[in-house]
Amino acid sequence: MTRVMAQLAMVMNLDKCIGCHTCSVTCKQAWTNRSGTEYVWFNNVETRPGQGYPRTYQDQEKWQGGWELNGRGRLRLKAGGRLRKLLSIFANPVMPSIQDYYEPWTYDYDRLFSAPVQDSTPVARPRSLISGAPTKITWSANWDDNLAGAPELAPADPILRRMSDQVKLEFERAFMFYLPRICEHCLNPSCVASCPSGAMYKRSEDGIVLVDQDRCRGWRMCVTGCPYKKVYFNHKTGKAEKCTFCYPRVEVGIPTVCSETCVGRLRYIGLILYDADRVIDAATVPDEKDLFAAQKGVLLDPHDPEVIAAARRDGIPEDWLEAARRSPIHKLIFEYGLALPLHPEFRTMPMVWYIPPLSPVVDALAGTGHDGEEAGNLFGAIDSLRIPVEYLAELFTAGDPEPVRDVLRRLAAMRSYMRRVNLGRAPRESIAAAVGMTGEQIEQMHRLLAIAPYDERYVIPKAHAEQGAQLEELATGCSLDYDGGPGMSGPFGEASGQPRPVAVETFHALKERQESGALVDPADREGRVNLLNWDGKGLPTGLFPRKKEDR
Amino acid sequence: MNALDLILWGIAPYLALTVFVLGHVWRYRYDKFGWTTRSSQLYESRLLRVGSPLFHFGILMVLLGHVGGLLVPKSWTEAVGVSEETYHITAVVLGTVAGVCTVGGLAILIYRRRTVGPVFMATTRNDKLMYAMLALTLVLGLSATVAANILGGGYDYRTTISPWFRSIFAFQPEMSLMAAAPLLFQLHALSALALFAIWPFTRLVHMLTAPIGYLTRPYVVYRSRDLGGERGTRPARRGWEPAGPPPR
Repeated sequence: MTRVMAQLAMVMNLDKCIGCHTCSVTCKQAWTNRSGTEYVWFNNVETRPGQGYPRTYQDQEKWQGGWELNGRGRLRLKAGGRLRKLLSIFANPVMPSIQDYYEPWTYDYDRLFSAPVQDSTPVARPRSLISGAPTKITWSANWDDNLAGAPELAPADPILRRMSDQVKLEFERAFMFYLPRICEHCLNPSCVASCPSGAMYKRSEDGIVLVDQDRCRGWRMCVTGCPYKKVYFNHKTGKAEKCTFCYPRVEVGIPTVCSETCVGRLRYIGLILYDADRVIDAATVPDEKDLFAAQKGVLLDPHDPEVIAAARRDGIPEDWLEAARRSPIHKLIFEYGLALPLHPEFRTMPMVWYIPPLSPVVDALAGTGHDGEEAGNLFGAIDSLRIPVEYLAELFTAGDPEPVRDVLRRLAAMRSYMRRVNLGRAPRESIAAAVGMTGEQIEQMHRLLAIAPYDERYVIPKAHAEQGAQLEELATGCSLDYDGGPGMSGPFGEASGQPRPVAVETFHALKERQESGALVDPADREGRVNLLNWDGKGLPTGLFPRKKEDR
Repeated sequence: MNALDLILWGIAPYLALTVFVLGHVWRYRYDKFGWTTRSSQLYESRLLRVGSPLFHFGILMVLLGHVGGLLVPKSWTEAVGVSEETYHITAVVLGTVAGVCTVGGLAILIYRRRTVGPVFMATTRNDKLMYAMLALTLVLGLSATVAANILGGGYDYRTTISPWFRSIFAFQPEMSLMAAAPLLFQLHALSALALFAIWPFTRLVHMLTAPIGYLTRPYVVYRSRDLGGERGTRPARRGWEPAGPPPR
């Protein structure tokens, strides 16, 4: 008996990430540009190897995030079960301090204006936003960007520390890549399990993990519980905050801010179906290296008639099933076998997946004077270059190099196959066959990865089929349907009755501004004038109430 | 019994408790977002890790002691064979230990609040008032215990203060009992009443939402998107209505 649930998931293609931080900055502007969240990055981009943000967050021996198996082979929170949580509630023993993130700062800009006349140019000194005192900037969310300070900093990378000394020594010369991170919206979220108040929850419709701000009491256990350290404590409001998967956007079918603004177009958003009853079993498999396969095993095939029937029974709307069938996520995980989860060994079943980068291998190969795009050379390099593969395996498959090798070989085959096509040579089917694919499949995969049209990258069903028509901003509905709308004035004049949804109001204002020929004085509005369109000349009717004698 | 006694021991308790109850109802309805511990652990945790558990576990013991001393009548403990002397010694020893822990913890926390820059920055005037009232109440309570039982010859509050306290809830306040109590006990009771009156408007509200339910609920919470009641009882602010058709 399966219990089908839908989950919005993301895939990031790391080969295309140039580390520009546009996702981080636009996310911050949209969500965390407030006092108390200065240090909060729902989205951050890390250079690997590096310490990450907050520093060394991946080291769960230190930070105690995620789940582990107890002596009887059952799941328990690594930081301790319910009773231990309540007993340590007065001072959480493993909560990162602001120094593990960084002390946010601003500059004394006013000094530039208020300084008296002097010989030297006045300087805006940094000032801590935490203590208000003058400060020295020594760390930030991406201080080790592009391996800055790597000889000192990179050895503290928790992944690197698990690898052999020889690897460590060669590492820096070997490669570097970027890892953009958001909340994983896990199937088995340990932050939700850690919340004493029950304020954190997983939305049953789309699996987005959220914090109910009205219920959060600031017990801080979620910060410890999340092994990815993607739940942050707002130090002004005393409440936990986290990435929301931009739910107000995805509910109306548009991608998250980080995806929308991604310059490299490396993010994919889509739906996957999973069996909620099998999640705990899958997260409990004894060998960490089996977790990746177990996680894939929980996901359901949206084309399978039995799954479709079960999903209908469990109330998943038809348009969502259609979206699940078109989902780029399902294609990237199963059809093309490219996407891997980040740190499955945390046992949270993360739902933001990654296509590991092939570029380090190509670069290393090209550096030796070989043709970095020839299939044979690439396959050989993937098999012989231990360093990138082992490092990637520590990130994505709990240390099992085989799945990573498979993905890289497939990416290599695509590169090689498509080069022949692009150079006008005959496509060589044997390259595709070497990785168990057909030439046609490779071309489709190439289309999704390289051309990546908008509506193929983002297949996001709108929330709630029964509300769909309304959420489509009246493309199919009529504004007159709303109480208090232009056609349905309440008993006490135009603004009385139910308030009109702001989205509707904004939509109409925008539409009118863009489409109407007239600049001001829309005649179809009752005594209204659109001040945004008024050029300040003349007196459009409606600016003031009509005079008595005119009525 | 004079008018002052009537006001202090007959009227003030009802005022304070009414404000306590209605204040919490009001706060819960209109300020769920502000209902939080406002933890400052992010700023500093070395002192907090000593002071906070010391204070909180201490005050929980103090709370239990008050429940035992004020709500349980003397006749009950005697009925189960606890002699006055046994009770007295147990209460004084446990009470003093708990009181010292609590006051010590609070001292560490106040020291931390004053000396750690970021924590002091995050301290509001409301917090300062609350700390003053809380410290006053604790110090008065501890000194009343110490003065009466350790320095003095012992004071049996269970024949005076406890019946008065219970009589409040029977709506028959026996004001004369409290009027005859030693001054330190009287002052402790008054400052406690004042603390209860400001309680709903301070960060102390977090006590009422102590997460006991965590022990029994399933680990992962699922919630549907459209549970209207989950936003609290207040209507959505204009401009923050959930997307979708308005109710008809």
